[in-house]
Amino acid sequence: MTELWIATLVVIAGCYAWKLLGLSVPQSVLDHRVTIQIAAFIPVALLSALVAVQTFTDGTRLVIDARIVGLGVAAVLLAFRVPFLPMLVGAAASTALFRLFF
Amino acid sequence: MDASKRRIIADSLGVGIGVGTYGITFGALATTSGLTVMQTCALSLLAFTGASQFAFIGVVASGGAPMTAAFTAVLLGARNMFYSISLANILRPKGWRKAAVAHIVIDESTAMALAQEEPKNSRTAFAWTGISIFLMWNVMTLIGAVAGNAIGDPKTFGLDAAVAAAFLGLAWPRLSDRLSRILALIAVIAALVLVPITVPGAPIILGGGAAVALGLILNRAYPKKGEPA
Repeated sequence: MTELWIATLVVIAGCYAWKLLGLSVPQSVLDHRVTIQIAAFIPVALLSALVAVQTFTDGTRLVIDARIVGLGVAAVLLAFRVPFLPMLVGAAASTALFRLFF
Repeated sequence: MDASKRRIIADSLGVGIGVGTYGITFGALATTSGLTVMQTCALSLLAFTGASQFAFIGVVASGGAPMTAAFTAVLLGARNMFYSISLANILRPKGWRKAAVAHIVIDESTAMALAQEEPKNSRTAFAWTGISIFLMWNVMTLIGAVAGNAIGDPKTFGLDAAVAAAFLGLAWPRLSDRLSRILALIAVIAALVLVPITVPGAPIILGGGAAVALGLILNRAYPKKGEPA
């Protein structure tokens, strides 16, 4: 077996182990006040970090490119209460058009 | 099926298809980095966590030792454990279901599940997002690995912006109070500051973690009326 195969299997085993470990945390820990507070903060914190990283990065570089057009369009559509899927289409289409013309 | 469940399924499929399409990029880059088609597909099928997979092939492509690459990828996968902890109370899987649920715990399935108000809706969003990404990601990985860069970049269709818009759409209804807006801002700033100095994927959990920590501190310093500090 090559070194690359062994490394691949380590990635597979390691990544799955993390996922399973989190689901196996005892109920007493889950019921703890701090755990509940943390769980309440995670969605906003996680989603905001994901928006930032998905919009302004390319690997380990900070960039401003056509994606900001799509995100701006998405924000406007959300402010006007446009439903989720048409909002996604609007963001993708505006970004694609911007890339086509500029 | 009621209207809200239909809407959640449609939203989940939208995210799933948008994100899963990126499998083609992974497949193409992995084989370019020197992995075989088998190794590339094994990673998408069995490791199934995008950021770790990209980190692995990134280190391999830059000439790093395979075990260094593996260590980086596994370290990055640690955030999925925090996702699992958040999901455990909502999904409450038992037995073989736990093994299956664990496999599809990733950024997007967690975000979609936690964005719902009711546990029942969380389960629907988690399953439909996770399974649709899994299927799409694996089919696209195979296509990318075999066909290479011939098909074209998902960026041409603006899919990268659609993924960002999806996260914004999920965060939007939660930004109604001041504490949430402060936490969101901190998460954004912290994540972006960390981007140039950490491996890809790390800014998400570290930036998010910084915002959560601040939330705990603010909650302790300014407890809401009627709630123990």
